[in-house]
Amino acid sequence: MSEHPDLWLIIVALGLGSFGLRFMFTGLLGSWSMPAIILRHLRYAAVAVLPGLVAPLVLWPSTTDGQIDPARLTAAVVTLGVAMIFKRVLLAIVTGAGTLFLMLYLIA
Amino acid sequence: MSTTTSKSSFWQGLRDGLPFILVIVPFSALFGVVATEAGLNVYETLAFSVVVIAGAAQFTAVQLMMDNTPTIIVILSALAVNLRMAIYSASLAPYLRDAKIWQRALVAYGTVDQSYALSAAKYENEPDMTTAQRLAYFSGCLVPVLPLWYGFTVVGALGGKAVPDSWALDFAVPLCFLAMIGPMLRTLPHLTAALVSIAAALGFTWVPFNLGLLIAAFLAMVAAVQCESFLERRSKT
Repeated sequence: MSEHPDLWLIIVALGLGSFGLRFMFTGLLGSWSMPAIILRHLRYAAVAVLPGLVAPLVLWPSTTDGQIDPARLTAAVVTLGVAMIFKRVLLAIVTGAGTLFLMLYLIA
Repeated sequence: MSTTTSKSSFWQGLRDGLPFILVIVPFSALFGVVATEAGLNVYETLAFSVVVIAGAAQFTAVQLMMDNTPTIIVILSALAVNLRMAIYSASLAPYLRDAKIWQRALVAYGTVDQSYALSAAKYENEPDMTTAQRLAYFSGCLVPVLPLWYGFTVVGALGGKAVPDSWALDFAVPLCFLAMIGPMLRTLPHLTAALVSIAAALGFTWVPFNLGLLIAAFLAMVAAVQCESFLERRSKT
C-alpha cells in the first residue's frame, strides 16, 4: 500500500528526468551545448535547493506540531558545524545523531 | 587500448570506489527506513532506488510526499536537487566522445556523485587514457557503489518497521541533508546560495504547494552567480 496515489508516476518521472539530466551531454555530445550562463547557475543548484528544503524541517519539525524543538535544533547546528569544519558527511551524521539522542535524554 | 590496461583501469576504479561503501551503506539503509515510514512497501522502495539512483532527490521526494505535496511539485523539487547531474554530464562528455551510444547511456545511468567525482578527477589527471580505459575505470568505481545502494535500500525497508519511535527517525533526513550541505559550503557564492535559500524558503512558506522551495532555489542560484561575478570583478581591479 502506498499513501501517495501518484507514487509510480513520481518514480517513473524522476527516473526519466534524472536519466535525462545525466544523459543530456554525454548522450547528445557536441550537437548542442547549454549556454554558459545557465551552466553557471546550475553549478549552485544543489546548494540552492537543499538548505531551503531542510530549514523548515529543522525549525518547525512535524513531530512537535511545528513548535521549535531545542533538541532537534541543537542537533542540526552540531551536524552542520561538524560537516562544515571536517567535511566528513558520515562523521557529521554520527555526531548529530549522538547530540540529538543526548539532548532528548537530557530534556525528557 | 589493450585489454590488460583496461582491466587494470577497472581494478583501479574499483579500489578508488571502496571507501564510499562507508557512505552508501548507512545512507541507502536510511532511505529504506524512511520510505517505509512514508508508507511505501519493499518493492516500491527498491524500485525508487533502482530507477532514480540519487539519494538526495529520493529523500526530497519522499519527504514532500509525506507532506501531501502535489505530485508535480514533488517531481520538480526532486529534479531540481538533481540538476547538478547535468553539470556532471557536461563535464564527462568530452572524455567519452568515442564511446558507443549504449555505453554512454550506461555511463549516464551510473553517473552519481561518487562515480562522477572519481572519474572526472582521474580523466583530468591522466589525459592519455583511452576511451576503453575511461569506461573501464568508470565501471570499476560503480562496482562497490551500485549493488550496495540497491541491497541496503531493501535491508532498510525490511528493518524499518522494527525501529522504535524513540530513535527520532523523523529527524534523520534533516540531519543527512545538513551533513551533505556542510562540505558544499566551501566558497562565498556557495554560502550565499545557502543563506538566500534558507531565508527565502522560510519566508515563502505561505506560498501554496511547496512552490516556495522552487522560488527559493531560483533566487539562491541567481544570488550565488551574482556573488561570484562580484568577486571576479573585485579581484581584477
